[in-house]
Parts: sequence; C-alpha cells; structure tokens
Amino acid sequence: MLNMETEEIIMENEVRLTKKTENLVTGNTGINTEYEIIARNLNVFYGEFQALKDVNMNILPYTVTAFIGPSGCGKSTFLRVFNRMNDYIDGFRIEGEVFVSGTEIYSNRIKLEELRRKVGMVFQKPNPFPKTIFENVAYGLRIQGVKDKHFILERVERSLKQVVLWDEVKDNLHKNALALSGGQQQRLCIARTLAVEPEVILMDEPTSALDPISTGKIEELIFELKNEYTIVIVTHNMQQAARISDHTAFFYLGELIEQGHTKDIYTNPKNKRTENYITGRFG
Amino acid sequence: MNNITKNHIKDKLFSATGIFSTLIGLILLAVFIGDIIVEGAGRINWDFITGLPSRKAEKAGIYTAMIGTVWVLVLTTIISFPIGVSAGIYLEEYAKKGRLSRLLEVNISNLAGVPSIIYGLLGLEIFVRILGFGNSLLAGSMTLSLLILPIIIVATRESIKAVPQSIRDASFAMGATKWQTIQYQVLPASFGGILTGIILALSRAVGEAAPLIVVGALAYVPFVPSSPMSEFSVLPIQIFNWISRPQHEFLVNAAAAIIILLIITFIMNGIAMYLRSRWQKKIKW
Amino acid sequence: MKRTRETVIEKFLLSSALITILTTVGIISVLAFEAVKFFREVSIIDFFTDTQWTPLFTKKHFGILPLLSGTFLTSAIAIAFALPIGLSIAIYLSEYAPKRFREFIKPALELLAAVPTVVYGFFALTVVTPFLQKIIPGMSGFNSLSAGLVMGIMIIPIISSLSEDALRAVPNSLREAAYGMGSTRFQTAIKVAVPAASSGIVVSVILAISRAIGETMIVAIAAGQQPRLTLNPLVPVETLTAYIVQVSLGDVPHNSLEYRTIFAAGITLFVFTFALNNISHWIKNKYREKYE
Repeated sequence: MLNMETEEIIMENEVRLTKKTENLVTGNTGINTEYEIIARNLNVFYGEFQALKDVNMNILPYTVTAFIGPSGCGKSTFLRVFNRMNDYIDGFRIEGEVFVSGTEIYSNRIKLEELRRKVGMVFQKPNPFPKTIFENVAYGLRIQGVKDKHFILERVERSLKQVVLWDEVKDNLHKNALALSGGQQQRLCIARTLAVEPEVILMDEPTSALDPISTGKIEELIFELKNEYTIVIVTHNMQQAARISDHTAFFYLGELIEQGHTKDIYTNPKNKRTENYITGRFG
Repeated sequence: MNNITKNHIKDKLFSATGIFSTLIGLILLAVFIGDIIVEGAGRINWDFITGLPSRKAEKAGIYTAMIGTVWVLVLTTIISFPIGVSAGIYLEEYAKKGRLSRLLEVNISNLAGVPSIIYGLLGLEIFVRILGFGNSLLAGSMTLSLLILPIIIVATRESIKAVPQSIRDASFAMGATKWQTIQYQVLPASFGGILTGIILALSRAVGEAAPLIVVGALAYVPFVPSSPMSEFSVLPIQIFNWISRPQHEFLVNAAAAIIILLIITFIMNGIAMYLRSRWQKKIKW
Repeated sequence: MKRTRETVIEKFLLSSALITILTTVGIISVLAFEAVKFFREVSIIDFFTDTQWTPLFTKKHFGILPLLSGTFLTSAIAIAFALPIGLSIAIYLSEYAPKRFREFIKPALELLAAVPTVVYGFFALTVVTPFLQKIIPGMSGFNSLSAGLVMGIMIIPIISSLSEDALRAVPNSLREAAYGMGSTRFQTAIKVAVPAASSGIVVSVILAISRAIGETMIVAIAAGQQPRLTLNPLVPVETLTAYIVQVSLGDVPHNSLEYRTIFAAGITLFVFTFALNNISHWIKNKYREKYE
C-alpha cells in the first residue's frame, strides 16, 4: 500500500518523464531538445574574477561526458552550474542560458530542490551523512516527504544493488556509514543519489580520493549507469576520461578549448594546448 | 658557575614554579571544600533538606530555596534554549557577511562581558516593573535567560561550525532545502556540543545570586513557589542570607547548603565534560 | 508552501538573534533613563568629586569615589594575585607540560571558574580572613584583601586559559629558531613566545580585570558594606556592585532617589566594563592575523 504522498511523488516523476519525451518529440520549448543539457554563451564570475568565458556545450542523454583540464580551469565550476551548487558562493554571478531537459534552470520559476532531485551529484571526497547506511540512502526520499516504509525499503535495496554494494552491507544496514571503507562510502554516495531517480548525475572527481581497486569499481559502475542516466564527470585522470567517457571537453583558464568524441580528442586533438595537456606536457 | 648551568637552573626553577602555580589554585579549592565539608556535612539530614526557612538556625531548612532553584532552572531552560540555539543557527547558517552579522557578533561578545548584576538592573526595570511580573520566578528566570544567552549562542555556533561543509553540500545536492539540511544533518551532528554548552550555561545560572537579588528574589520565603508568578528564593541567596547572619549556627547552615549547591554544580559540569569528550570521540569525519 | 515555511523559519531565527541587540539596547536605555533622573537631583560634579557616599543616611552625600576606590582596590588585589599565577600556568602548560598532564589539568582549572561566587564569598569570610588575621593583627573582619585574593583565585582560569591559547598560536618555527641558537625552554618562553603572544595575553588580563570589576557576591560578603575612600586593604570598603546588592536587599521605594542611586552605580560599572571589553576586542582584532 502506497500512501497518498508517495503516490503523488511517483506520479510527479512520471509526468516529468512523459513531458520530457513529449518535448523531445515536439520540441515545443523552442530549443533543440535532443540534448539533455545545453549551455549557451555562459559566463560565470566570482566577484571580479571570471571563472568561465563564453562556454557553449550540448550534452546528449545517456552518455558520459568528461571535463578535463588543469586545476583552476573552471571545469568544476561548470559542473556545479548544472545543479546550481555555485549559488552559495559569495559573489557568484552567471550570464547566459543553461537548459536541463528543456527547462531553463536559472529562471526565477525554477525550484532549486526540484532541480537537484533531477540532477544528482557525487563529490570528490566521499561525504556520507553521519547516520546509518540505510538512512543515507533513504535521505532523499525522506526530505521529499515519503513516509511509506515498504517503498523506501525497496528503493534503498534497489539503489544499493545498482551500485553493487548490497551484498556487502545488507546485514549491516543500520551501521554507521562512516564505518565503511572509502570506496564503499563513495558507492554509497552514488546509491544515495540514485534513490531519488535523477536524470543527470554530476561527478566531481569521484575517484580522486580512492585506491586503484575502488576506482576500478566506480568506473565499471559509471559504465553501467549510463544506460539509464546522463553522466557528467570531472576528472584529473586522463586515462580515466579515455576509458569511461563518450565525449570529452578540455578547459583551460575558464575557456572551453575543445570538445568532441573522446576518441577524436585523444587521437587527433585539433588544438595545440589540448594536445600538450593530453600528452602530459603541462598540467 | 658558568652561564649555561645558570640558565639550566633557571629553567628547572621555572618548571617548578609552573607546577606550583598550576596546582595552587586547585589546592586552595580543595582546602576550602574540605573546610566546608568539615563545617557543614554534619548538618545535612533529611530535615535540613525538607525544612522550611526559620529564624532559628537549628530548625531552618533549604526546601523552599531548593524548589526555587529547580523552578528557575526549568524556566530558564525553556526560555533560553530555543532563543539561544535559534540565534546561533541564524548567525552560523543564514547571516550573510555584512554589517548586520558583524554588529550581532560584536554585540554578543560584548553582552558576554556585561557583569551579571547589570542584567539584574535590566530585569528589575523591564520585567519586574514595566511588564509588571513583580518579584516573581518568571522575572528572575527571564533575567537569567538573557544573562546566559551569549554562552548558549557561542556554544551553538562553535558546534555548528564543526560540522563539515561537505555534509551540507551533500544534502543540498540531494534537493534538501536549507532548513531540511539544518534539521536533518547539521543539528543532529552538532547536538552533543550544543547540549554541552547549554548545561554549562545552566550551571552558571544555578550559581547566580546577584541578579536575582536585584530583581527582588527574597531571602525568606516561607512557602514553596507554586507558579511562575510566585515569589521565590534560590540556594545561592539562601546561602548569602545565612552567611550574613552573625550567629555561628547560621554559618554551619550556609556550609551545609553550599555542599548541596556544589554537588549540583559539579554534577552539571561533570555531565557537560562527559558529553563533550564523548561527542568529540564519536565524530571523526 | 515549502518556500513560505523556509521564510518563516528564517525570520524566526533572525528575530531570536535580534533579541541580543534588544538586550543591549535595553541595558543602555534602562541605565541611561534612570541615571538621567538621578542627575536631575544630584549634581554631576558632586558625583565625581564628593568623597563620601551616604545616600541611605539622613545627611546624604552622593560622591561615587569611595565606591570606585573600593572596586579598584579589590580588583587590583585580585589581578596582582592572579596575573603571575595565571601567566605561569599558561607558560608552563604551553611550553613545558606533557600533553596528557595538560589535558587532565585544563578542565580541572575551569572548575575554579565554575564554583558559584557565593561559595567563594564564604571562603573569603570564614577561611581566608581568620587566617590572615593571625598574620596581620588588627585586620578587620571585612576587608578588601581577602575578598581580592579569593576573587583572584576565581579569575586565574580566565588568564591562564586565554593566555595559553595565545601562546599556543605562536608558530613552532619561532621556537625552533630560538632552540636552534641554544636557548633553554625558559629563555625561549620568556624571550620569544611571550612577546609574540603579548597581545593575546593583554586581552586575557583586560577581560580578567573586567570580570573582577563586575564581580558581586564575593565582595558583598567579604569586603564589607562601608563606602570609604581608601587604599588600605585591611579595612572594610564597599564596591559598586556590593552597593547595588545592599540597596536591593533593603526596602527602598521605587521612584525614590535612593532607588535611582543603584542605576547611577550601575551605569558607572557598565561604562568601565564596556570600555574594557571593547579595548580587548580592538586589540584582538588588530593583532589577529599576525601569524596567518
């Protein structure tokens, strides 16, 4: 038995998905809805400092897009544009347009909470809440007001299975999440994001704090997840970008220098700076 | 004797001075407490604790003062806890860096330095007279609440500050609102520290006499207070009153009451220290 | 719905924070309001120059000097006692003591500040004064010496804990430089660490003075209730705070001149502690980022 609120939320999600499909078919938003994410003429400022300069990008649904570039090049800032996590930074200002599944996300009508339900995020350092494993995954549903225990239980199990953590933790669901290893914590954080059924998952160097084995598991996972989600990942690791992404974008000093199919970028970069960076001459 | 040996001796000498200084205060405190126990422990019995005040020292008890202290403690908690924690949350999570937040910060640290008796004068004029609460428990508790507010606010801010930003980021990224993030993540993670601060603040309030004397708490209250509007006494005032009497029997009473007051204070401080150490051990991000 | 809730909550939290502003405004206006009424009846020149304070006598004098001298005498004794001890503790704990000893002793020292002040008053009156009377014949039963000394014990933790924080903020590289040149620990502490932490140490002393000036129960119990313009630590005196207590205990009618005297004493006390607190903030802010 689902209670009213839960049903409403499920309905909402369905309506959202249908609308999205409709938009894709009819294109009635006036923009090209073939793309999950569109950024147009994007400029980002932190006070006087311009962090992104006139960036344009289209991201297809069900793909993995990697942002690469040296530290401070603006790739993380750009990633955080899509779920508006930069909004909290003092002096943050944005110009241009950003669409996520056909909706302009910097318009006044948009509700931050809804946007972030749709666009999940995984951070650089695993940041599970200091609560139980179960409560970590259930958190997104709880703050949406879901009370139905069965529904939550099912969702938690499914999400943990999706990240291949279920077998490791199913007997310890009520243990503190901080007791897990770093790699497990990061997979838990991914499960936490999946539990609210996002469309897009943003990953900000998700493996930079992990050992090679855990990194491998996360990469495998990303490969699986792209069947159902659109994934954008920031990475410092050139090989990682090459292994897991379909598209790659190279940033340098706030500018988007080059973007395209990962294969092309790696085998035949058009820009000298991209080539230098990829071949490890700077960075 | 060359310079190096001389310096070496100075070094050792200071080390001894340091240990002596560190211990002298504690030794004196121990001597005092020992003296108090010798003086007053024999006077503590059931009649003393449940006895009403009396003009005769051997009949007098601390019952009304103790109940008054409990009332004050409860009312002060009810008033100061929500206000202090809310103000702390506001300053740490909402206030934008600017004039207002700087003003609030400077103001709070100033308030922390205002002598307690000045709060008494504030309470006397505002709560007792203008608001017309009279010399009641309510007026006294409101006065003490204002007195300990800065302590609670500072403790709340410190504990909230200790919650790593990454937890807030994770919650926001899940689509939580600001208040949901505070309610479900920030407050549970900082609760131990906040609680420690509140208990310490209350233990300060329990020992206060001066502001309550100014708002008109009485030394002689023959009845147990029955409502927040009742007149009242508290343990420290009862003690002060007995100390002021010339007869030695009353000093014995004072010593006995001090033992009770110290037990209450030390228990509260002990709980606070225990919570603090447990909380510090539990949270490692 | 959700947004209204968020706004309401934020407004509620803000108003809680604003209560602190209201408190300050309340304190200042209450003191000023009653003090203005007081000075309508008493000349401000008399207030600062008359050497007697006898508002409760038939022959009334309203000179604040005796209360000020009582306040400063007891505070000076307290600081004179607490400063060397507090500073030695701070230096010892930050430069000498093993970590475990420090962790054990710091909460114990904080206990000194947690003891209710009526209890300290009792100590001063019934333990310290009789003891000192044996050494100093002719000492009065109420005096500023024992009140000041006991107050000193109470403020030791303020000086020791804040000074220790300041000393520990001194970067180790400075100490290593001194050790590298063959300094002993004592030389390093006195010649390098203490000067480097001087602003923090000064702040701790100022806050301790402010606390001593505002302390009430110890002096009300042990220093006596006789306003007297004197620097003799062996005779009874009265402080600003003790006077307020004395009047509050009695039956003084509201709206009388006697009633207003406690606000006149209160505003004098407030001005001093307010000034001291702000000086300490100013020093703290000025030197805060020295090593960052």
